[in-house]
Amino acid sequence: MRRTKRRSLHWLDYLIAAVVVAFIAVIWLRISGTLNYKWQWERIPNYILRWDEADGRWVANLLLQGLITTIRIAIYSGILALILGTLLGIARTSTNLVIRMLARTYLEVLRNIPPVVVVFIFFFFLSQQLIAVLNMETWARGIARQDDIAVWEFFFGDMRRFPSLISGVIVLALFESAFVGEIVRAGIQSIPRGQREAARSIGMSWTDEMRFIVMPQALRKVLPPLSNQFISLVKDSSIISLISVQELTYKTVELVASTRMIFEAWIATACLYFILCFGLSLLFRRLETGGKHKPR
Amino acid sequence: MTAAPPIIELCHVDKYFGPFQALTDINFAVRQGERVVVCGPSGSGKSTMIRCINRLEEHDAGTITVDGILLGDDTKDIRAVRQDVGMVFQQFNLFPHLTVLENLTIGPIRVRKMDKAAAEALGRKYLDRVHIPEQADKFPSQLSGGQQQRVAIARSLCMEPKIMLFDEPTSALDPEMISEVLEAMVELANSGMTMVCVTHEMGFARRVADKMVFMEAGRIVETAPPGEFFTAPKSDRARMFLDQILEH
Repeated sequence: MRRTKRRSLHWLDYLIAAVVVAFIAVIWLRISGTLNYKWQWERIPNYILRWDEADGRWVANLLLQGLITTIRIAIYSGILALILGTLLGIARTSTNLVIRMLARTYLEVLRNIPPVVVVFIFFFFLSQQLIAVLNMETWARGIARQDDIAVWEFFFGDMRRFPSLISGVIVLALFESAFVGEIVRAGIQSIPRGQREAARSIGMSWTDEMRFIVMPQALRKVLPPLSNQFISLVKDSSIISLISVQELTYKTVELVASTRMIFEAWIATACLYFILCFGLSLLFRRLETGGKHKPR
Repeated sequence: MTAAPPIIELCHVDKYFGPFQALTDINFAVRQGERVVVCGPSGSGKSTMIRCINRLEEHDAGTITVDGILLGDDTKDIRAVRQDVGMVFQQFNLFPHLTVLENLTIGPIRVRKMDKAAAEALGRKYLDRVHIPEQADKFPSQLSGGQQQRVAIARSLCMEPKIMLFDEPTSALDPEMISEVLEAMVELANSGMTMVCVTHEMGFARRVADKMVFMEAGRIVETAPPGEFFTAPKSDRARMFLDQILEH
């Protein structure tokens, strides 16, 4: 028998809530007895938005700057990871053994090394050389010196930081693409064989078969796990603070170093991440149920 | 009978699935305009044989020639053959993410490089042919099984094929829907299409077939005109099969 969910509170619920509150209160009292800490919550809003006296307008301060960079990185590496992951997923289902083995190797390497290690290896061995080879540093500085850089700044933030942003985006995308690839592979394999045979029987090439028959159906099926993976990507983006990409976590470290507001700063950052990720998951859930009208 | 060269010719074809031999020494020819019905107990290799004709299965030995093209590893050849050979599957295999009309036009547009308007006109023409013009903008899942199979027939016809293969087209249908699909197939046969049908519908076979092929255990046991096949089958196996299938 299925138990229905109650919508009203029972006296037992109040009891449970009271016990939890009491437990927290006791812990809190014990800590505050020993902890010598001056709470300065009132200073936090100033680090999100700051009133600029000179310009006479509100400007983003450390935490909001960091959040915006995090969002930029998440979007760019999300797109890149989706492209790489789709290719990887297709490669994983290839009939060609070499292609399949290469894809499998890529996947297993990335999946069995901790993300932090991947980030460092990629940053020191690949990204820095790549940026040097492409002469990206000079290029970005050149742009930063131009007068009309509003569009560049909108998309990439401070252009002097562009190379670091790009390495962050690439390393995160590479890491996430392994997981996206697995999701896409599952999607491709969930498409019945008959679909592909029907496509072939009307003379479609492999590319057309993938593009018009398999992938549209596969991607629609894996949309829920893909959106979950995107939320993971937002959270994982905190790792690239280690290679000095100035996203939210990096900015929080900076803030703590300069103000010593350890608790307030980290709790505020936690809230920002939570709002972002929870907001995304609500959005995706709405999109999913909204898309249910279309017959599959 | 005229001596026109066969449009489909299988010579000494063998096919293995791992260690299992699915087809043994198949020799089989179909002339232009001929209607062939392939029957036999399940697992006898009927489907495998017709799937070899458009190379959904690769044969392991022997030669298969379709419309003058020898089937081998050349993908261009295979695609050329597939454009001229339509196939209707047991499970319809319509594309669920496309509307009925899009199902019909995707082949002409993507493979024949036809423009959209011309392809849609073609699609509507064949949808009319199978008597469901009003379903054009629905999705396959909104149609009954019989309607879906008729859309699948129309989808193949949109490629204007020279040959149509039917792989048990009525086996997945509810009984009351079988006749509407068979009717569409009979009309197609009357229009002069070259057809190879794997089916258990012996009534249909009697009405349209020029030639009956009986298979068992991966071999062609008997080939005969339908009159002869139904009244006086030469092999015991075919007689037993017919007794079982026709006793109702």
